[in-house]
Amino acid sequence: MATDIPAPAAQPAAGAVTRSGLTDLRLIAMIAILVAVWVGFGVATNGVFLSPRNLFNLSLQVSTVGVLATGMVFIIVARHIDLSVGSQIGFIGVVGALVQTQILPIDGTHTWWISLGAMLLTGAAIGLVNGALVAYAGIPSFVVTLGGLMFYRNAAYMLNEGRTISPLNEDFRRIGGGLDGSLGAATSILVGAVAIAAILFFAVASRRKRAQFGFPNPPASMAFLTIGAGVATIVAFIAVMNAYELPRTKEAAGIAIPVLILIMVGVSMSVISRRHQFGRHVFSLGGSPESTALSGVNTRLLTLKLFVLMGLLCGLGSAIVTARLNAAASVTGTMMELNVIAAAVIGGTSLSGGVGTIVGGLLGALIMQSLESGMILMGVPTPLQRMIVAVVLILAVLIDLAYRARSGK
Amino acid sequence: MTDAPLIELRDVTKAFGGVHAVDRVSLRLERGEVLGLLGHNGAGKSTLIKMLSGVFPADSGDFYVRGEKVDIREPRDAKELGIETIYQTLALSENLDSIANLFIGREKTSFFGFMDEVRMERAARETLARMKFNLPNLATLVSSLSGGQRQAIAIARAVLFKAEVLIMDEPTAALGPEETAKVGDLIRELAGQGIGIILISHDIHDVFALADRMLVMRNGKMVGTAPTKDVTEDEALAMIIAGNLPSALQK
Repeated sequence: MATDIPAPAAQPAAGAVTRSGLTDLRLIAMIAILVAVWVGFGVATNGVFLSPRNLFNLSLQVSTVGVLATGMVFIIVARHIDLSVGSQIGFIGVVGALVQTQILPIDGTHTWWISLGAMLLTGAAIGLVNGALVAYAGIPSFVVTLGGLMFYRNAAYMLNEGRTISPLNEDFRRIGGGLDGSLGAATSILVGAVAIAAILFFAVASRRKRAQFGFPNPPASMAFLTIGAGVATIVAFIAVMNAYELPRTKEAAGIAIPVLILIMVGVSMSVISRRHQFGRHVFSLGGSPESTALSGVNTRLLTLKLFVLMGLLCGLGSAIVTARLNAAASVTGTMMELNVIAAAVIGGTSLSGGVGTIVGGLLGALIMQSLESGMILMGVPTPLQRMIVAVVLILAVLIDLAYRARSGK
Repeated sequence: MTDAPLIELRDVTKAFGGVHAVDRVSLRLERGEVLGLLGHNGAGKSTLIKMLSGVFPADSGDFYVRGEKVDIREPRDAKELGIETIYQTLALSENLDSIANLFIGREKTSFFGFMDEVRMERAARETLARMKFNLPNLATLVSSLSGGQRQAIAIARAVLFKAEVLIMDEPTAALGPEETAKVGDLIRELAGQGIGIILISHDIHDVFALADRMLVMRNGKMVGTAPTKDVTEDEALAMIIAGNLPSALQK
């Protein structure tokens, strides 16, 4: 979060400068690891890994775990855990599929958003139950969500007697990025332009406001560097997504809709974590539950809200994966909780609470998914893949611990 | 303005599973007064102030603030009445920076709960400047501040929200002599501004140096209260240890 190197006396409190110092170092390290993984797989697969087609698929695959990882970062920061997310994905998927096949006309105009709404509501309701049991009944979240893991997986089975529901509504399927599930070249460029404009606008606005009150700003060169890196990433991302031609139409795919959803969720959650009272309270709760309660924060309500948020994200994640598979099965999302937790932890979220970033969690998800995708391309057998991912998880935490010990927290 | 005391507790009682941690204790605090709360570990000092600061509700007894009967059940209730507590643990979130800690639970927001960080930073700087307390960097995590700096942040938090009553639990227990002196100056400065201060301590030197009046507790009961200038340190010790009221105070 912030460096512990005191600023020299001549330079008074420089919030934005030092606050981002340590985060940036960790972030740069993670980006370096990601680049190394990509280059490594690129070489090992003779460039197939880095082809627009594979990167487009990678972006699709990462979207569900990414959406869930943003919520899991908050949960773990608050010293909780949610083991039920994988089972929620399966259960909510079956609910959503039943709504669009049994209750609504499968080809209705409004079917897609009503069933999406039903899925979000189901997720929120599950989160409400989890949160109430943790916050008000005082049951440890590990126990509550372990119960949820078993309960919702089997409830999903009971709902439709274990039968897979397929096909699904065509509009709904776009949420998963399938047929007509990406923005196309022109819209993707527009999205990129808006994103770049937003980065510039907020960077300038923040510097203006700080200057107006006489607070020090980070040096301009630093600002140009970070803005430049952001803009370059956006341009490269759009270029790659547009370089991928859809197999049937031969048109440029552009950003897939689930990836757009992931980006919007990621940005929102990141803003909430840094700029919103809710995020501030979650971090405070994770740093010191007693202090936070003594400061007058209603920590029970906060915990309840936290689990509802996680449930909502499960609803969204379930919509994405169910739509992508064009099928709802009770087994969908099995073991996904472990990938989500691993993504958050690889991304630098501390299991002892109070420390973590959304960007880190998203990078963690991307690293995990890249490893999986690359190993599949190389023909590594599945059991070996899982073993390697396990080793990477433990190594990541080991490196993080060593790094924290050296930097003094 | 009325003549009613800033704070008055009447016959406040709290029991934990049959043990009377606080047994019919009454207390008065005037504006600008520093009241030293003395007693051994387990005398009931902390329990008494935790009822006043809303950590847990009293079993019985009445609370009056500025002459009005009030009900304090949660930390938020106390804060709304202008009663701020600085706990021995300081109640800071070490993983956050100083500004964040000053505003926990009371962030300045612009819309929909989004924080106005510039406004918070400005208020933080003004308050610290008024306290004449210099922090090298407001963005430093609290975990890397010294004991005295943390104490200053905890006090600044109370000052920032215009506390009328400041309860300080062992404010100098973890500090070196120089920092203790600094916190002492701060306490007198705040009392001079009309804030009523309850100082909990088991160090009678602290209390004699800072407090106008003292209240001694022993085994959950009140031994007595007296202006510090009317009592010698030996007499105070006798009150704390044996529960003996000095002859001057006996009816």
